[in-house]
Amino acid sequence: MTFDLNTIWFILVGVLFTGYAMLDGFDLGIGALHLFTKDDAERRTLLNAIGPVWDGNEVWLVTGGGALFAAFPNVYATVFSGFYLALILLLVSLIFRAVAIEFRSKQPMRWWRQMWDVGFSAGSLLSGLLLGVALGNIAWGVPIDDRGEFAGTFLGLLKPYPVLVGVTTVALFMMHGAIYGVMKTEGKLHDKLRGWAMNCIIFFVICAAMTMMATLLYVPHMTAQVRDNPWLFTIALANMLAIANIPREFHHGRDWRAFLSSCAAIITLMALFALNIFPNLVYSQPNPENSLTIYNASSSSKTLGIMLIIAGIGVPVVIAYTVCIYWIFRGKVKLDRMSY
Amino acid sequence: MDVLTLARIQFGATIAFHYIYPPLSIGLGVLLVCMEGLWLKTKNPVYHQMARFWTKVFALTFAIGVATGIVMEFEFGTNWATYSRYVGDVFGSALAAEGIFAFFLESGFLAVLLFGWDKVSRKLHFFSTCMVCLGAHFSAIWIVVANSWMQTPAGYQIVSHNGVERAEIFDFWQLVFNPSSMDRLFHTLCGAWQAGAFLVVSVSAWYLLKKRHLDFARASLRVGLTVALAGSLLQLVSGDSSARGVGKNQPEKLAAFEGLYNTTSNAPLTLIGWVDEQNQKVVGIQWPGLLSWLVYHDTSGVVTGLNAFAPEDRPPITASFLFFHGMVGIGFTLIAIAALGFLYFRDGTLHERRWLLWILVFSVLGPQIANQLGWFAAEVGRQPWIVYHLMRTPAGLSAVVEKNVVLTSLILFTFIYFLLFAVFIYLLNDKIQHGPDDADLTPSGKLALPTKTEIAP
Ligand code: HDD
Ligand code: HEM
Ligand code: HEM
Repeated sequence: MTFDLNTIWFILVGVLFTGYAMLDGFDLGIGALHLFTKDDAERRTLLNAIGPVWDGNEVWLVTGGGALFAAFPNVYATVFSGFYLALILLLVSLIFRAVAIEFRSKQPMRWWRQMWDVGFSAGSLLSGLLLGVALGNIAWGVPIDDRGEFAGTFLGLLKPYPVLVGVTTVALFMMHGAIYGVMKTEGKLHDKLRGWAMNCIIFFVICAAMTMMATLLYVPHMTAQVRDNPWLFTIALANMLAIANIPREFHHGRDWRAFLSSCAAIITLMALFALNIFPNLVYSQPNPENSLTIYNASSSSKTLGIMLIIAGIGVPVVIAYTVCIYWIFRGKVKLDRMSY
Repeated sequence: MDVLTLARIQFGATIAFHYIYPPLSIGLGVLLVCMEGLWLKTKNPVYHQMARFWTKVFALTFAIGVATGIVMEFEFGTNWATYSRYVGDVFGSALAAEGIFAFFLESGFLAVLLFGWDKVSRKLHFFSTCMVCLGAHFSAIWIVVANSWMQTPAGYQIVSHNGVERAEIFDFWQLVFNPSSMDRLFHTLCGAWQAGAFLVVSVSAWYLLKKRHLDFARASLRVGLTVALAGSLLQLVSGDSSARGVGKNQPEKLAAFEGLYNTTSNAPLTLIGWVDEQNQKVVGIQWPGLLSWLVYHDTSGVVTGLNAFAPEDRPPITASFLFFHGMVGIGFTLIAIAALGFLYFRDGTLHERRWLLWILVFSVLGPQIANQLGWFAAEVGRQPWIVYHLMRTPAGLSAVVEKNVVLTSLILFTFIYFLLFAVFIYLLNDKIQHGPDDADLTPSGKLALPTKTEIAP
């Protein structure tokens, strides 16, 4: 592996999507858990736990999409036109989720709140599921013809393996969201969430184990790198340790560290995924020679260089003020008259 | 209908809907900066009340702007995949820059703007408001640069990879400062300021008519009318320079805007009328020589007519003509409305002139309609090209999408967007009826003396 511009952009796009999974992951998780809460105050508390940050978190996806377009236009074109229906569904769920957060508490009527609650929750669940299914398809491989165009169908995307990855993603986000919720709440809701977080961890571990087995058995190319470079196994190990660490931190009442562990779990999972698809971006199944790689699908090195400068200026600034904003809104949620 | 038509309708409809909201956020952003700045400077609590009230309206438009913007970001890939492959090298970087420089800034500081009133100091809050406003302007910059490159491509070279051609960046700065980008950027921004300012003016005029929240309404009118008048006048200047740019860089577009068939000097400008495509002439009131003068500042300047172009290279004429003249007509009307409102407001007699107040109430529609017409003119006038003189629109279509899929998604989006629009209007109306909070006349939290934090039910 040489560090040319294409590889750097592979990593940067990976970082953007990992940032998305880590940050919007807990928003989507909170959304998925939303309907389990009982009364309006609880729902508002959870909603306001993500209130100031969900929009910024979603920008990671938007920027990831933009970076994909700029760095690997052929991937952007093939995947987005090929996964058309799935993507439209994703957009619809993201739309409902976004406006539900904003609109829900603007009117006191029960039916009004109930309607947006369902929109928020369903939108969050479906977004996570679809993103996971997309990831699963990229791992499994999709049919690509010799022009680089998608040659499959929408139903073809719903194979068991990608669906399993989708469910695992939902479980992961629910776990992540529950832990974030524990961190941001107090009192009864806090204790309740702690219980949910434990259930979510169990749910996630079961799903993850199944995905792991399925990958080993049916998707050999996704484990090739690890088999060739056994030291990479340490990443998988780190992943398991991070997850195991969550109950431990809870036990000691260090909610914040539990959340960091959950973040570490997501980062290691994404790293494993990226390492194993490299240097492909879209693996072609059944004709691997048609795969879109970081070389045959990329922009010119001039553009990649310019983009690197843009990213070099922009990303540190973004990270700096994102950290500041999380700092301003640290601590437990308190409802006031500006709240959602 | 074929896939192409459906895909075009889908793109046109979704972007037109998206474009209801960004101008409001950009314009309101400027007004929020003015209001909060005035509050910091004068310490007059009514400015604080204004900033709080308009921030809530801002949040509403922003939410839908974001929700509909994500659709746009992905739609290039879904519907126009071949186009995306062709221009990705050039076009993608502007889109990525938009994410990194604009959206993060806007959405990040929006949190402080909305929820930070009691958590941060006044200065930091004002700074956040400025950053949100700046972020909104940045998104306009990058997206208009990208779109202007499609209108007047520059700074690129065509390179062939395995027999497939695409555009690649040759000079980044030439790409950013392509011949039309700065004119169009300035013009779109003025349009956005007008959209925000006339919204504020409209709501305040309505309060005056209903004799409610009078202090609030007067102070809002002062800020609103000033920005509205300045924006409307600047709009004329920037529109004029856009038009001259079009004449130079896209002559067939200008000819379609004016329904000019024969290349001629002393070309007339149509003040009002329509195009008779059969007989290739314009019916209506014309001002001889004015078009030549506007383009060249000289009535003997020669303006190219449509007959200089092959029929398959001409844009749709009647549509371009009507969209363009609609926009210009509204532009002049808005100048008149803003000027009258401003003068009578200075006089202190505005509240007695109910007819004018009613006009001001409805003036909010002006910039919205003009913005839509302007984009339709610009984009329809570019046809049949998706990238001017490089790629035709049909060639940009995705190779693999099916008609049914596009149709399904079109119906789905139409349905959802109507729903969103209805809810938006309902909530906006609710906010306006409710009016500003009197509690906001006494700043709370860190912004003032510590008070008990209230907990909403
Ligand atoms: C409040 C909105 C508004 C108003 C009052 C006007 N415009 Fe406009 N116009 C726009 C909003 C707009 C826009 C939506 O911002 C467009 C669409 C694309 C663009 O760059 O700006 C536009 C495009 C546009 C174009 C086409 C640019 C191109 O195709 O590249 C021209 C020539 C003008 N305008 C000229 C004018 C003139 C002479 C006006 C007289 C006052 C005017 N506009 C008023
Ligand atoms: C925001 C206001 C905008 C409006 C209202 C608008 C409207 C339209 C309309 C009506 C068409 C269809 C023209 C036709 O088919 O005859 C079109 C085409 C197109 N526009 Fe825009 N547009 C806007 C901004 C943009 C921007 C910012 C971009 C790119 C950055 C863009 C990219 C395109 C493309 C790629 C097409 C070709 C597809 C087609 O012909 O339908 N548009 N637009
Ligand atoms: C086809 C072209 C366009 C694309 C791909 C696009 C993309 C987007 C996206 C993805 C967002 C959401 C950002 C977030 O999550 O915070 C957004 C919002 C926004 N867009 Fe667009 N957009 C387009 C056209 C335009 C135009 C023409 C303008 C202005 C001139 C504009 C100005 C804005 C602004 C100010 C926002 C912030 C949200 C709001 O204020 O409503 N966009 N856009």
